[in-house]
Amino acid sequence: MSALSQLTQKPWIWAWLGAVSMWMIITGISGISAGGQVLSAAASFGTFFVIVATGQMFVITLGPGNVDLSIPACMTLSATLAMKFMNGDASLLVPGLLISLTVGLAIGTLNFLLILLLRIPPIIATLSASFLYQSTAIWSNRGLRVKPPEILGDFAVAKVLGLPVLTIVVLVLTLAMAFMLHRTPFGLSVSAIGQNIRAAKLAGIKVEKTRYLTYLMCSVLAAVCGFVLAGFSGGAALNMGEQYLLMSIAVVVIGGTSVAGGYANLTGLWGASLFMFLLVSMLNTVGLSAGFRLIVTGAIIVGVVAISGRKSSV
Amino acid sequence: MSRLLTPAMMRTLLPGLSLAALLAAIFYLQPRTMSYFGLNLLLNLAVPIALATIAQMFILCVNDLDLSLGAFISLTACITATWLNDAPLIGILALAACVAAYAALGALIHLRNLPSIVVTLGMSFVWTGIAVLVLPTPGGSAPGWIRTLMTLKPALVPFPIIAAVVIALTVHFGLMRSAAGVVLRGAGGNPKSVERAGWSMLRVKCTMFALAGFFGVLSGMALVGLTTSADANIALRYTLLSIAGGILGGGEFVGGRVSPIGAVIGAITLALAGSFLSFLRLNPDFQIGAQGVILILVLALRLLINSRGTRA
Repeated sequence: MSALSQLTQKPWIWAWLGAVSMWMIITGISGISAGGQVLSAAASFGTFFVIVATGQMFVITLGPGNVDLSIPACMTLSATLAMKFMNGDASLLVPGLLISLTVGLAIGTLNFLLILLLRIPPIIATLSASFLYQSTAIWSNRGLRVKPPEILGDFAVAKVLGLPVLTIVVLVLTLAMAFMLHRTPFGLSVSAIGQNIRAAKLAGIKVEKTRYLTYLMCSVLAAVCGFVLAGFSGGAALNMGEQYLLMSIAVVVIGGTSVAGGYANLTGLWGASLFMFLLVSMLNTVGLSAGFRLIVTGAIIVGVVAISGRKSSV
Repeated sequence: MSRLLTPAMMRTLLPGLSLAALLAAIFYLQPRTMSYFGLNLLLNLAVPIALATIAQMFILCVNDLDLSLGAFISLTACITATWLNDAPLIGILALAACVAAYAALGALIHLRNLPSIVVTLGMSFVWTGIAVLVLPTPGGSAPGWIRTLMTLKPALVPFPIIAAVVIALTVHFGLMRSAAGVVLRGAGGNPKSVERAGWSMLRVKCTMFALAGFFGVLSGMALVGLTTSADANIALRYTLLSIAGGILGGGEFVGGRVSPIGAVIGAITLALAGSFLSFLRLNPDFQIGAQGVILILVLALRLLINSRGTRA
């Protein structure tokens, strides 16, 4: 009994329970083989959620007001510039990835400079700047879908023992992030700033440097996600990042990370990513119309936030 | 002279001056806009944007941010173009329910102490979902009386200008000059002291969100009056426009410092910025980016004014 109650105290448990129950509903309706397929799909699509949400999680953990709204624009710009440069040529894969990383570094730096110099809330800074990034992407893309090099497409959908390679890579990334969050001075500084920024300052933590690195990391992860997603979905499209704005925030919050900052949770991030994907699949399986699907998705996000809200605001 | 140019004064004048500069540039580039007809065309779409900006301003005033406003206005536009036109009573009830839903959101955010960004992002799905159910394919038609109102051609002064002035002054006197307005704004400045003074923060939040919902409904109705039909995504860009307009107009993000007149001016400035850029023959690809640049410039300018204020 005490073990059970201890388990229900974990912030990440609800996301995983939700994911499992969604999967059970789908399997119950369409049979076990369909259940296996949807699980494999969830592992692929969920991975992209995890990549961007990891960056967003670090940002949100910095404390109230810290949210990066430029993630979709960053993904689009990075994918567009990299795909255009490579133009389907596999030998240019490494420079292409470097371009994507450079875009991430540049956007993270610009975001933080705006926050620091204009002394405006990160929400507004990243929102205003994302107009710029999106505009640059539109200008360079011209509505075309540039095909990714074949090798990138192959990598994005490759599987080992039935498990997508990408999922394994991101699992390793998550482990590295967990180490960074709980064991390195940087990760501990992020949590400390989110818990009490004044105490963190007095304790000698370099607040601005930590915040800069956090925004930098978020943008770089978004840029890399855009790069791989373009390979996965057959090219860079201008609206490719659209759903990742809400998803990145929803996954973080549903995964048990405190919205008020200071407490991050990587285990929940995976559960919530799978949950969000399986939820949409479940609603498709049940055969709800597009309108009802949207309503239920929104209602569940608001509901989860409302239920977990009070705990995290303490 | 120096007394006139205090930082506070400059901050108040900044939105008006930006608008004047923009208008002057447009008149210079395209003198034909300097007529009754030209102004009418230029400013027509500014009316729903101004109403949306006022709605966002009420939310900003209590230190929240509404990221679902565009989806909500799309929904009210869909209801206006369908139910309000076919069965006015049901339409009015549905729109009233929309306002009530906003008040309930305010209560939820206050009672559970939730971050408004996350809640409103989630709600944007719900609004779009309902809008898709109300109007699955673009269409519908505007109720005659709204159409008539929005295409009024009064003598001398174009309708959009009259509408903007009426909106700005109504909200200005309601929020900035009335006793109730002081309490509402005080709730953004110092919620604890408002609560200790015996006011219910719950009621304040509900009122502000209901007002935002009400102006969102007006914005949707005005939009349909101009476009004569609606679709579920018609006003999605209003979310960003309304935030940008509120900030251009001198609103701050915390502390209940807002300005209704400034917000309307900010909304008109943004609406005109699009025309200005096309008169400049600027590549349309850069239109969104230019809005971002304008926003950043205004914020930088304001910082400059504020820092002069602290030094003085």
